[in-house]
Amino acid sequence: MTFWITQALNGISFGMLLFLLAAGLSLIYGLMRVLNLAHGSYYILGGYVGLAAMRATGSFVLATVAATATVTLVGIVMERFFLRRFPEQELPQALLTFGFLLIFADLSLWLWGGTPQTLPKPAMFERSIRIGAIVFPTYRLFVIGIGLVIGLGLWWLQEGTRLGAMIRAGVDDAEMARGTGVNVGLLSTAVFAFGAFLAGLGGIIGGPFVGVYPGADFEILEMALVVVIIGGLGSLKGAFVGGLVVGLLDNFGKALFPELALFTVFAPMAVILAVRPTGLFGAR
Amino acid sequence: MNARVASGAVALAVLIGLPAVLSSYQLSLLTKMLIFGIFAMSLDLLLGYAGLPSLGHAAYFGVAAYTVGLLALRVANNFWIDFPAGLLMAAAVSALFGLFALRTRGSYFLMITLALGQVLWGIAFGWRSLTGGDDGLPSVPRPRLPLPWALTEGVPFYYFVLICFALATGLLALVVSSPFGQALIGIRESERRMEVLGYDVWRYKYVAFVLAGLFAGLAGNLFVYFNGFVSPSYLNIVFSASALLMVILGGAGTLVGPAIGAAVIVGLENLISAYMERWVLVLGVIYVLVTLFAPSGLVGLVRQRLGRSRA
Repeated sequence: MTFWITQALNGISFGMLLFLLAAGLSLIYGLMRVLNLAHGSYYILGGYVGLAAMRATGSFVLATVAATATVTLVGIVMERFFLRRFPEQELPQALLTFGFLLIFADLSLWLWGGTPQTLPKPAMFERSIRIGAIVFPTYRLFVIGIGLVIGLGLWWLQEGTRLGAMIRAGVDDAEMARGTGVNVGLLSTAVFAFGAFLAGLGGIIGGPFVGVYPGADFEILEMALVVVIIGGLGSLKGAFVGGLVVGLLDNFGKALFPELALFTVFAPMAVILAVRPTGLFGAR
Repeated sequence: MNARVASGAVALAVLIGLPAVLSSYQLSLLTKMLIFGIFAMSLDLLLGYAGLPSLGHAAYFGVAAYTVGLLALRVANNFWIDFPAGLLMAAAVSALFGLFALRTRGSYFLMITLALGQVLWGIAFGWRSLTGGDDGLPSVPRPRLPLPWALTEGVPFYYFVLICFALATGLLALVVSSPFGQALIGIRESERRMEVLGYDVWRYKYVAFVLAGLFAGLAGNLFVYFNGFVSPSYLNIVFSASALLMVILGGAGTLVGPAIGAAVIVGLENLISAYMERWVLVLGVIYVLVTLFAPSGLVGLVRQRLGRSRA
């Protein structure tokens, strides 16, 4: 029983991290029809910049600010100066974002080397708590909490605010939104920047338990893609449910069938694809 | 058309003559260019003709390479069994993946082909007892054929690859100029119109998908014999994306373009790796530059230039 509960909590916390990444990926796709293959790079950039800032200042908060600011800026530059030139053209977008993926991967390797690194946890969450026979690190609970808070915040933003209404209008029909006076261009930059921000935050949050290393960008991208394939591109609910499903599948898969780890994630994805090609919550 | 056949014949004559002037190292580089040329042309059938941007094309290359490698190492180094088995496996996997991928379009198609490709990468990486995991399959022997020349030598192997390359190019050229190929172009331009005209669009796309997988498998077969080694990196997204780059760089929808694109990328990798460690960085910049400045490829640039000088 202890095994199941511990693994479930591990899976949920990883699922929350995946939600942060998939939410940005999904929002960006929903509004701009851009599949950002460099989204995993934002994760490692966030992690590496955060680590450097933490070593320099010793502060988790300052590191978070430095990392998310850097990654947000990278996102803005990519959207404004590159992706904007290729609206609704999936192939140039894919080539462009994949080029950036390689550039960031090699730059990170150059600057920070090939040794896997873990970020230190904030001092507050270094301990573990004990409930009966179950010992669980408080940091994982913190991650679950962050995921829930951001999930709720995003849901409120999208359903309860004017900005959210504009985003939803843009997702449904960009041309009509433009016609009613929404500045879709500015909105696109804002959403892209926000997606990058969430992924950079993911690097800081995931840094202490997933770590940053060469190749983490690809792994995180793949996992986030599986999440949006299962949940449906453009759907926040899909990113949340998909994140949880993939986090749990991955964790139990690795614990129960280590040789088939990736398979336990990909096989259900293939089944969902066969039944619903646009995912659980995706628009038709 | 005749001009095209003539220039093809000239190119073939040059390729036949080149071993006389190249060093053995340069010849092996040229061999690699031809193999990757087949791979890029196979993707062009999907991307350039049917308009299907697959981001998982390494899957069929890798499956064929692993099949031939495993059979040659663990069962028997018999060309007449191993080679067809590699092709068959590549076609079978693309026939399976096509069922999933062709339910989708656009970005979803990109994403699904990527994810399916990564499934195979995951298997090759994780199933150590069969595939050797990250270490791959080393020392795959080259086949013995009833010929007076041993394929373990560079020059005979080059000619063997050249024959395969010429056959593949000829067959693909026949496919794209056939009514089937013309229908694919029609589907690329407007799926709905083709449907209204009574074409079974799905079936055309599916046949193209499997054919592309089969030719990618041919490249994989040749590569494992050439390299004597295959690892999961020949199944993953980086390799799949590089095939896309080769096609776009050369010029999608032209067959000869992707072969040139493959040669350029293989050549650049070799040249730049000799001087610096940052090939991946340079490759990333090439992706960005090609997308921004040469979206219709080198062939497109040449055509533009020719059109301008004529006008």
